[in-house]
Amino acid sequence: MLIKLLYDGSFEGLLTCIFIIFEERLNDFSIERNGEATSDLFGNSQEVFTDAIKADRVWTGFKKNSTKNQQQQILKVFLSEIKGMENTLATYFIHSFKSKKGKGNDYSNPTILKISQVAKMVHREKHRMEAFVRFQHTIDDEYVAYVEPDFNVLPLISAHFKDRYADQKWLIYDVKRLYGIHYDLREVKLVTIDMLTKPQPKIHTNLLSSKEFKYQKLWNTYFEKVNIASRKNIKLHVQHIPLRYWKYLTEKTMIP
Amino acid sequence: MSFDRIEEKLSILADAAKYDVSCSSSGAKRTNATKGLGNATNSGICHSYTEDGRCVSLLKILLTNHCIFDCAYCVTRKSNDIKRAAFKIQEVVDLTINFYRRNYIEGLFLSSGIFKSADYTMERLVQVAKKLRLEENFNGYIHLKSIPGASDELMREAGLYADRLSVNIEIPTISGLKLLAPDKDHKDFIKPMLKVKNEIIQYNTERKIIKKTPRYAPAGQSTQMIIGATGESDRDIMYSASHYYKNYNMRRVYYSGYIPISTDNRLPSIGSEVPILRENRLYQTDWLLRFYGFNVSELLNEDHKNLELDIDPKLSWALRNLHLFPIDINKADKRLIARVPGIGMQSVNKIIQARRFRNLDWSHLKAIGIAFNRAQYFIICNSREFNRKEYTADHLKQLILLNSKSKYQKHFDQQLSLF
Repeated sequence: MLIKLLYDGSFEGLLTCIFIIFEERLNDFSIERNGEATSDLFGNSQEVFTDAIKADRVWTGFKKNSTKNQQQQILKVFLSEIKGMENTLATYFIHSFKSKKGKGNDYSNPTILKISQVAKMVHREKHRMEAFVRFQHTIDDEYVAYVEPDFNVLPLISAHFKDRYADQKWLIYDVKRLYGIHYDLREVKLVTIDMLTKPQPKIHTNLLSSKEFKYQKLWNTYFEKVNIASRKNIKLHVQHIPLRYWKYLTEKTMIP
Repeated sequence: MSFDRIEEKLSILADAAKYDVSCSSSGAKRTNATKGLGNATNSGICHSYTEDGRCVSLLKILLTNHCIFDCAYCVTRKSNDIKRAAFKIQEVVDLTINFYRRNYIEGLFLSSGIFKSADYTMERLVQVAKKLRLEENFNGYIHLKSIPGASDELMREAGLYADRLSVNIEIPTISGLKLLAPDKDHKDFIKPMLKVKNEIIQYNTERKIIKKTPRYAPAGQSTQMIIGATGESDRDIMYSASHYYKNYNMRRVYYSGYIPISTDNRLPSIGSEVPILRENRLYQTDWLLRFYGFNVSELLNEDHKNLELDIDPKLSWALRNLHLFPIDINKADKRLIARVPGIGMQSVNKIIQARRFRNLDWSHLKAIGIAFNRAQYFIICNSREFNRKEYTADHLKQLILLNSKSKYQKHFDQQLSLF
């Protein structure tokens, strides 16, 4: 009989579900996010309360059985937030605990191939965000960027920005998921901005430092001048920078 | 500073620098240990892409486009009637820092026309890098051009501040260079390359003994060749490239399809098409040499002087060596699998890992993502179905072309539309 496990959407919550699958020897299960699940007439659903100790046991066990790269893959797949990925992840964990053939990836297994493919998608988005974040300098001497990534990649890019921009305060805000990461010259913290409406992709002009638009204009001039017109290839251009990112890219917007 | 004046200079000096293809920012693991600004990630980042589809990773500019040389293939040649400009050292530093802080770029790629003398020019390039590193505490990527003829002392200093140094050969053959750049001496190009190579080796040996030895040009050196300006064959180009890879420890050789910019009758006329497809085939060959274990003489030789345009160089090689195939995916050595047309290095690695668990059949291989259309004729796997027919090379080529669609289709259609 199909048992639905409803969890709170956290990584620990998912690991707790996997613990329960093992403990209760469930064969036929489906893990869904609490609130996103479709109502179930026959009531075979069970709410799972996140348990840090159980989650830790699953993760510690998995670590023994996997490479660093595989652990990274798991985290990336979880952050993809793709519906139904929880089940693929659970199948992956079960397979990993039962497998005796060492740590390598068996790409001929559909679950493992799927995990590696989704992890690749998320990794690509992470890399794009490292590239496409465009900071704007504000009057408070902060560098602020709004982003709208396909997947929840802020946790993955935070270390990169912390290492690179160690001597400036910065904020990267995810407009879609309504939270951001802020660096105050010491550490990176998660922040939410209380706003009733969705924030605009543009920071208000009054808040920007006096030279901000001048540098944006210089950048746009540069961007235009490095192009070689006789090699024009718009298809390739859009393949590299899909249209959905344009509104956050300085070089793709008009400077007032 | 006046932003309008800077903008004008930027227009002129970015426009003049754009023919330099290199924009890579990879290979230098420079950490931001000083808690200053920037680091260089090992894999590099393309922050944007121009409308021609090329990566924008560095602020790529000339310090000046005043030049005492008159090389026919170059926009900044002395005799060309264009606007000239020159940046002050501080202006380049400010632009780099401000672009970098906004996450526009990975760093600076500074080149220059040669004014007064080689040393005078090189000294200014080094000053920019030095200022960025020492005064601005900048740890991002810096690529400097080595000016042919610059002194050893300056080249040594350059490597201590820059991540990468490069000299562009531009013309792959010595005879071509004589024709198009009569005031330049081939030896002047070689000298700084040799210097950089030797410094890198020396610093690496010293670091093995004294750990604190600074890094010298950690991202190595690169060079660039113009394709299709002097009628050289693909064989000339690739033999020359492989010479530089071997003898000067080059990290990269770039191939740049010649873009007509001059009415000089020694060169293709303005309006002739940029050889983009040929450039692509050369890059494919370059990859086969660097990552797939091919030797240049297998791909290009006395009997086979130019690459085929309609098929990729690996397929072309396989068709000339049909006696080596088919190979068994489940048993063959990694190096042999890498030689199968339609199987790239990513797939090779997946196959090697996966076959430890079970014998692979066609469905596994397709799921892993090999180009089945090409690969199927060259391999056998755990399946009774495979191509048993003995095809001739020509027949096989036709069969593969019939079932594939190239993004370069329009280049071939032009030839056919005559009929």
